[in-house]
Amino acid sequence: MTATINEAPPVDVTPLATKVARKASSPTGRAFVWLLAALWTVPTMGLLISSFRPEKDIKTTGWWTWFTEPTNVTLDNYSGVLKHQVGGIPFSSFFWNTVRIAIPAAIIPIVIAAFAAYAFSWMKFKGRDVLFVVIVGLMVVPLQMCLIPLLKFFGSNFFPDAFEGTTTIWIAHAIFGMPLAIFLLKNFIGSLPSEVIEAARVDGATHLTIFMKIVLPLSVPALASLAIFQFLWVWNDLLVAKVFGGGVENQPMTVALVDMVGNKGNEWQLLTAGAFVTMIVPLIVFLSLQRFFVRGLLAGSVKG
Amino acid sequence: MSTLRMNNLQKRYDNGFEAVPGLDLEIHDGEFLVLVGPSGCGKSTVLRMVAGLEDISGGELLIDEVVVNGMGPQQRDIAMVFQSYALYPNMTVADNIAFAMKLRKTDKTEMAAKVAEVADLLELTAVLDRKPGQLSGGQRQRVAMGRAIVRNPKLFLMDEPLSNLDAKLRVQTRAEISKLQRRLGVTTMYVTHDQIEAMTMGDRVAVLRRGVLMQCASPTDLYETPQNLFVAQFIGSPSMNVVRGTVSLSGDDIDLKVGAQSIRLSGEAAARLQGLRAYDGRDIAVGIRSEALGGDGTAIVEVNVDLVEMLGSELLVHCTVEAPAVRAIDSGVEISDQRESTIVASLDPRHPVKVGDRVQLTVDTLRMHAFDLETGDAIGRQ
Repeated sequence: MTATINEAPPVDVTPLATKVARKASSPTGRAFVWLLAALWTVPTMGLLISSFRPEKDIKTTGWWTWFTEPTNVTLDNYSGVLKHQVGGIPFSSFFWNTVRIAIPAAIIPIVIAAFAAYAFSWMKFKGRDVLFVVIVGLMVVPLQMCLIPLLKFFGSNFFPDAFEGTTTIWIAHAIFGMPLAIFLLKNFIGSLPSEVIEAARVDGATHLTIFMKIVLPLSVPALASLAIFQFLWVWNDLLVAKVFGGGVENQPMTVALVDMVGNKGNEWQLLTAGAFVTMIVPLIVFLSLQRFFVRGLLAGSVKG
Repeated sequence: MSTLRMNNLQKRYDNGFEAVPGLDLEIHDGEFLVLVGPSGCGKSTVLRMVAGLEDISGGELLIDEVVVNGMGPQQRDIAMVFQSYALYPNMTVADNIAFAMKLRKTDKTEMAAKVAEVADLLELTAVLDRKPGQLSGGQRQRVAMGRAIVRNPKLFLMDEPLSNLDAKLRVQTRAEISKLQRRLGVTTMYVTHDQIEAMTMGDRVAVLRRGVLMQCASPTDLYETPQNLFVAQFIGSPSMNVVRGTVSLSGDDIDLKVGAQSIRLSGEAAARLQGLRAYDGRDIAVGIRSEALGGDGTAIVEVNVDLVEMLGSELLVHCTVEAPAVRAIDSGVEISDQRESTIVASLDPRHPVKVGDRVQLTVDTLRMHAFDLETGDAIGRQ
């Protein structure tokens, strides 16, 4: 005798992300992902190869011809870049200028935004929600529209002269970076469990103590990922520095790069090497902090 | 050592919702008071107002006879245990326990000694270096307790601290908390929705419904002489059986007609429910607990047995009686439109009753309750 057992069809509750991840790790999926990655990397690879080719080759043939004579490489472009001077200032000082600009310009807005995000999340004050909406709304204002008003302000009597130069660039970057930073950090800090904050208040902690001892340590992933964002953005910036930096002695590497092409339009082979010189630091930063980067992008979107 | 007093304490939200319309309650020095009620009854709101985490809309809150309405939580010198424990995930167990002392700039050696003492008391010594994420639920609960007791606060506030534990651990921890509180003698306010927790732990239990205090009394009083239908049905498991009945007076005795049957109250039983004399010919709610059925008793009701549940120490018998059920609802009292209702009797486990039987149950008339059908108030000696 046989019995038919009717089993209920299994309910698929696998989240979409897991499904996608599973599909991508199948052999065909893998091949496809590799293909995509390769395609994406081709231009960068072309640039990298070009940067090691002699000037004559670069200007006469495409970079792929290098594969036919792979021994034909030179470091001339790199030495050309490093020896390049703008108005008598060597390229290396532009590198240090970029470092000098990028580190504070990444830290200042994030510190301020963290305080603001805490206040927006955990302090009660009148007009809190309206203010937050206004700040988030500022994200839609194009940076370019603010250049002239801000420049006028920096030039006015209200702004102390002592701050001019690199400090002005820091302030400008802080201003432009703040809305997004506050928005992202508010989402993260606001999703911390309210009972933990309340427990600290009952334990006798002030807002500042709660912020320093509990909220900041718990927000490291969000802060780190935001720091990477802001750092990369500032590192690659040309416009803000050029507008607010004043004299050439305060300008970052990007300005020097433009100068290479601008003044000597026919020496664009230097640009290939210059691009890689400017890319090194962001690459190191990204690769060393990428685990925060991925986690930070997901910050607040999923629990746990 | 402290007292807590609420004078017409009120909570109104911005959207106009009145969570607590006006609460008068006093907790004596060293007392363990349990605030109990169904979810949404405002018990947590009251606790949070006491903690200073929620603004007070009206009335007064006094700790040690000092009005604390305007004080922040940090100025009130209270300790609170949260439902989710709310441990600081970035700190070790030792740091969690010491956090409040660090904020008060306690001397380091004293602090270490206190942490060690509390850890020893709560059996946490082995896990002092761990982070909360590496602890079991029971251990986390004990850390939360440790964080509260290490400070020697004026008041302990506990917001359903056992609801995240499994059933067995809950019973065990329940006893531990009770013992600990008695030993430390700290005035405690404990919030729960679980009436068993309330009955077993509290010196007194305050029953709250929609922000209104229904009754505040010792567990025994609450069980034996509930002041209204809501308390009668909320406290006790199984819940009190309540059906509609009609009062008819015959001389010194009082007859309660339940369906076609009549229960005669005489002597002490009639004296206990003296107030029923004002209800001659009117309907009331008749209440009786499951254990007052089928034991000692003079009156008898006949019922049909629907279901028998063997619990080991007792036998729960679900029976049908020909009278509509009455129950307390949010807006007052509701009488079922069914002619029959189910009552539960708790019998001796050796009782030979079977499903489908028609049995006669004795009724202990000295343990009967009567309630007004309009207000739900208990009718007593008056």
